[in-house]
Amino acid sequence: MDFKNYKTEGFFDELFQSDGKARPGAMALVNRINELPPGELQRRQAAAEAAFLTNGITFAVYGDERGMDKIIPFDVIPRIVEAHDWERLERGLKQRTATLNLFLTDIYGGKKILRDKVIPESLIKTCAAYRPQCENFIPPKGIWAHITGTDLVRDTDGTFYVLEDNMRCPSGVSYVLQNRQILKRTFPQVFEHCSIRPVDEYSSKLRETLEFLAPDGLHNPRVAVLTPGIYNSAYYEHSFLSQQMGVELVTGNDLVVRDKKVYARTTKGLVGVDVIYRRIDDDFLDPQCFRPDSTLGVPGLMEAYKSGNVALANAPGCGVADDKAIYAFVPKIIKYYLNEDEILPNVPTFVCEDHKQMKHVLANISKMVVKAASESGGYGMLLGPHATEKEREEFKKKVEANPRNYIAQPMIALSRVLTIADGGFSGRHVDLRPYILQGKDIYVLPGGLTRVALRKNSVVVNSSQGGGCKDTWVIAPNDKAPEQGQARQWVQQQQQQQ
Amino acid sequence: MLSRVADSLYWLGRYIERAENIARCIDVNLQLQLDLPGEERPWEPVIHTAGNPGDFFSRYGNASLENVLTYLTLDYQNQNSIISCVAAARENARCIREIISSEMWMVINRFHLKLSNPATKAKMLDNPHLFYTEVKEFSQLCIGVSDGTMNHDEGWHFARLGRLFERADQTSRILDVKYFILLPDPTMVGMTLDTVQWTALLKSVSAFEMFRKRYSLVTPQNVSEFLILNREFPRSLIFCLNQMEFSLKYITGQDHATGSKSIRKLGKLRSDLEFTTISEVIGGGLHEYLESYQTKLADLGMSISHNFFNGLS
Repeated sequence: MDFKNYKTEGFFDELFQSDGKARPGAMALVNRINELPPGELQRRQAAAEAAFLTNGITFAVYGDERGMDKIIPFDVIPRIVEAHDWERLERGLKQRTATLNLFLTDIYGGKKILRDKVIPESLIKTCAAYRPQCENFIPPKGIWAHITGTDLVRDTDGTFYVLEDNMRCPSGVSYVLQNRQILKRTFPQVFEHCSIRPVDEYSSKLRETLEFLAPDGLHNPRVAVLTPGIYNSAYYEHSFLSQQMGVELVTGNDLVVRDKKVYARTTKGLVGVDVIYRRIDDDFLDPQCFRPDSTLGVPGLMEAYKSGNVALANAPGCGVADDKAIYAFVPKIIKYYLNEDEILPNVPTFVCEDHKQMKHVLANISKMVVKAASESGGYGMLLGPHATEKEREEFKKKVEANPRNYIAQPMIALSRVLTIADGGFSGRHVDLRPYILQGKDIYVLPGGLTRVALRKNSVVVNSSQGGGCKDTWVIAPNDKAPEQGQARQWVQQQQQQQ
Repeated sequence: MLSRVADSLYWLGRYIERAENIARCIDVNLQLQLDLPGEERPWEPVIHTAGNPGDFFSRYGNASLENVLTYLTLDYQNQNSIISCVAAARENARCIREIISSEMWMVINRFHLKLSNPATKAKMLDNPHLFYTEVKEFSQLCIGVSDGTMNHDEGWHFARLGRLFERADQTSRILDVKYFILLPDPTMVGMTLDTVQWTALLKSVSAFEMFRKRYSLVTPQNVSEFLILNREFPRSLIFCLNQMEFSLKYITGQDHATGSKSIRKLGKLRSDLEFTTISEVIGGGLHEYLESYQTKLADLGMSISHNFFNGLS
């Protein structure tokens, strides 16, 4: 297979320039692939898929009693982010994360931002993720969203935009770590020759972030990951992260609250727990505080939390900051708290709550992407240009019936990455989800999950809708660590000359 | 350690061991048939140890080789089939992936993928000996990998406890069933015997070669003594109980309060075997002896579950 017939077709391609030349960061990879004997790349693709299956890096298929899990489709051609692009992304993500934390503190506390009329109060009142139970509460160390995954997209001219904030247990980071393990086996030579920033430190950073939340002065705090259980589609990730961090994975039934303290049931009796990385939604966390029918949670957990005896990550209630309607106000929120302009722009967004904007959306629906503010995973969405007239008319009615629940954005021509398809190479649309940890300071994992829409021309990247993933390589800046790679190159050159 | 995790580790050990024992039974019976063609109902004892004859005959009709092997090996509806055991082991492993080593998980997951492959049935029927050898090797590999890649901590001891418990149970069952079939009348004990059959019994627990190092004659008395009372043979009852005690004491440590009931019951059962002779056992009836042993073992199993897995709530 070669790249001769590969065309970028007017889209921004992450590996190739519009003139067909490889971008600087992709040079080593493209050269390596060109050197491979025919059929070798497909063989490596097959080996990578087999590795996913035997490793059990899978997601559950609901309703299949024999546990025949499916692997997420994976493409061995990575997405590459140049050092200068990453530097800007990192600054932008830190700015956004810090701001949303200020916002959460304010919105559950003094509500100054509402009094100053930066955001309409009605938007908060009607937000499905707003938790009145958390009012006037400050979480341990004042941090709300400890783990976030922000979805970014890139337009035809290469500009990065924030598409969505995810503050409610975003998943996928286990794929980032596993994809890398597999690509290191697939293209070892390329890793030697270019300076790809490692992602392995994530689990240590995550554990540090969680331990930081424990009550002051506590040595060796006991940290646990709380999972809904093996039938949850992200169970693999929960178990992987707890294994990599070396902390216990617990289900709701393993925990019990006594005298406002949380304990785990062990072979030696009850043992205290100090920090919980919960992968259960707010609603199911504690039947005494939220949904009374939840069997996944721990009765009394919120009381223990509010008494300061246990830390929860992410803090209950932080979903208000990733509501899609509130998202539209984030640039204003940044200006309000930091008096700075946003480093990473939003995709222009129309909030249907505003009557004028709704009128505009309805009139131009064939050019827009309309999304339900409270949904995720690619559900509850209309892609105007791809929809039929009937679908559009039906969607218009939904918007008019409940404007608060809808936002609309112009259709972005998502960037593409070369992907193995149809016996050759073909461009496929991608997005990017970097992971951000907020503890003592804010850390952005140099990498992320590149989701790819495997169907030709599709722009829906969600795994529930036929999406797959790719490894994401962030190239190190020239002045940092990777001289090693260059040094090795130099040694090889010397050897060849001799 | 979480009670739920300890529970999963224990059952992980048990299911893998169970799969191995079923494979052993089947394999030896296959060999036996080559030596003794014309046996009328050669598979019934095996179906009895690793399944349910009523269930088998109602669903399969006749005991053809293909039916029997399918039922004992690849039938999900038979809870004791090899595939059911491996699937249950995998399900337990999946609940505690973060506790066991990745290598351990991969051994189990890969074997389960292999068994559930539709092509497996044809391979099994084509060369059953090779297939059942693979099952035995899978179990041995699990033991080796867990010994070599996991911390020998509480969790490892729970898995080991489960494995030895299952072995202590299976060996006694195999002995009991064979004895019952070979010598249905207690007065016949010690009389004419079929060396081939008793040799097969030893082979089904990989004991023949080790037995030979101790005894020259294959007699029911010698075989029973070896499988019940030999301290060095790793599948004998006394050996399993001794090793279980070692793991159980590690688990309870200094804190005898949590596991006191289990420790006491295990100690009693072990010393009972420790200070008995094979003539006493056979004199009182081997079947009766094994039956009472199995009851005590089951009772011990309940105590282990009560002491460690129910969690204090």
